[in-house]
Amino acid sequence: MKPILQVSGLTKRYGPGCPECLRRTGALHETNQCPHCRSIIACREITFDLFPGEVLGIVGESGSGKSTVVRLLHFDDEPTQGEFRIKLNGSAGAACNPDPGRNLFALGAFERRQIRNAHMGIVYQNARMGLRLKVSAGGNIAERLLMAGWRHVGQMRQRAAELLIATEVPVLRIDEPPQHFSGGMQQRVQIAKALSTRPAVLLLDEVTTGLDVSVQARVLDLIRSLQQETGVATIVVSHDLGVIRLLTSRTIVMRHGCIVEQGLSDQILEDPQHPYTQLLVNSML
Amino acid sequence: MPLTTAMPTQPNLPSTHWRAGMPSARKRYSYAFLDEGAKREIRRKLLKAVAIPGCQVSFGSREMPIARGWGTGGLQLTLSLIGPDDVLKVIDQGSDDSVNAVNIKKFVRNVTGVPLTTDTRVATLIQTRHRIPEEPLHANQLLVFQVPIPEPLRLVEPSERKTRRMHAEADYSRMWLYLYEDIVRFNEITVGARYPVMVNGRHLMDPSPIPRWDVARLNQSEALLLFCAGREKRIYAIPAHTDVEPLSFEDFAFRVENFHGHCCSRCGCAGSFLDEVIVDESGRRTFICSDTAYCEKMRRRGAAADAAQEENR
Repeated sequence: MKPILQVSGLTKRYGPGCPECLRRTGALHETNQCPHCRSIIACREITFDLFPGEVLGIVGESGSGKSTVVRLLHFDDEPTQGEFRIKLNGSAGAACNPDPGRNLFALGAFERRQIRNAHMGIVYQNARMGLRLKVSAGGNIAERLLMAGWRHVGQMRQRAAELLIATEVPVLRIDEPPQHFSGGMQQRVQIAKALSTRPAVLLLDEVTTGLDVSVQARVLDLIRSLQQETGVATIVVSHDLGVIRLLTSRTIVMRHGCIVEQGLSDQILEDPQHPYTQLLVNSML
Repeated sequence: MPLTTAMPTQPNLPSTHWRAGMPSARKRYSYAFLDEGAKREIRRKLLKAVAIPGCQVSFGSREMPIARGWGTGGLQLTLSLIGPDDVLKVIDQGSDDSVNAVNIKKFVRNVTGVPLTTDTRVATLIQTRHRIPEEPLHANQLLVFQVPIPEPLRLVEPSERKTRRMHAEADYSRMWLYLYEDIVRFNEITVGARYPVMVNGRHLMDPSPIPRWDVARLNQSEALLLFCAGREKRIYAIPAHTDVEPLSFEDFAFRVENFHGHCCSRCGCAGSFLDEVIVDESGRRTFICSDTAYCEKMRRRGAAADAAQEENR
């Protein structure tokens, strides 16, 4: 099976940078800040593949660089180094199908946005980042459709309604702004928005953090069933091993910007090898 | 007959006037008031604006003898384009005689000596505020718009840095979203003046606060259309024969103003843009043409036709 998404050597540095940076940071040195120039190496030389229909987990503590990876893949930020390739089957969005050999980070902002609109969906931890809270829920979903070139109000509303039904948001509230919604409902609208253009890759950045446990369970259930229905390849970022256990089949463990361990989720949870992963598993409630 | 007025460039001043004995404005300033460097810069920026239809080009807006926001942009374009062979017409919302139009007209005449006109067909250079003359323009005319807010995306994005990036990437989904929300809330697009248009299929452009009636007439224009915002320091243009498309959805088409069968109470014409006017204290309303020169022309034509009919009888 060929990977749908390939990431290699992905590095993001905040700060001026110096030749020492990569040598003196990382999991071995127990820091992600270069002692010489004080730059932060948010993530370094991250390399992984994502296969069609797969759910990949990225787990780690706060500041381990897991969200940075997802944001770089969503082109929210410019990487310092690294390559990123998407390989799609011919059928999916033929118009803006990227050349599979092309490093997407080398493309211009316009092309990157086209690719993002056509093939990627993202759900952020904070609905404020993923939604326009003052624009109606239907409008939020329509925004993505408009980006993808839809120009028919009736059709957009119909698609928005379908998605809201699928994500269990009351359709009667389609014209209400998400700022009137509860946290769980806001996340559902975000998921509906992310799935609206049937993306090939779905990025979930700490989707359930900040929700209470029962709502968390329902949102996770929803994500799992939608993922199984649509077969969208998904990257789940979380600090919560429970979420990882429930959703993912393969997991990457990150610390201080590095990948310290990767493998099948069950294996990592049952038989962690790296001391940090052991600590993480043992500190699970 | 053209309504060209040939007035002296300097009125006769009494000997006690402070300006008595001074050389005329024509002689005290360089031709057309602006220094040659300023004119050259504006012309260069205009070339760029014409080359990229609808793209806003920044320029160094000069201090003018009228306040910013009162047509300094249009005035600077007019002054840097005008030549001795030009015939100038200035309108303010269709009217040749409003204070703003008259002041600008007089000023340009004092510093250039060009003849003024109210006849759209005769004018070679027309400066306008918020209207396009009713009579069709031809290829030898320039239409200069005064623009208060050149940025169509300002409605949805306050940051200039971001709007520039949005234009660069042709990312207009926010504007579309605004129109979508309008439809959801009011079941129609409520933007009256300043209706956003797509120029040449690439740049979203603010057509200045002209009514929708005129927006439809920007498409495939015969004349070169130039826009300038003096306060915001931006120039943009629509070259002749360029596609200009108002944003609209497949199921919510763009509509112009509907006057529900009213016609002008002065000239009786029904095919022009009408202003609603309150005529007396009881609040009685009537409609008249917004383009005063056109209205006058139609009235005369109507009177002449009536007279001819009378004679035949």
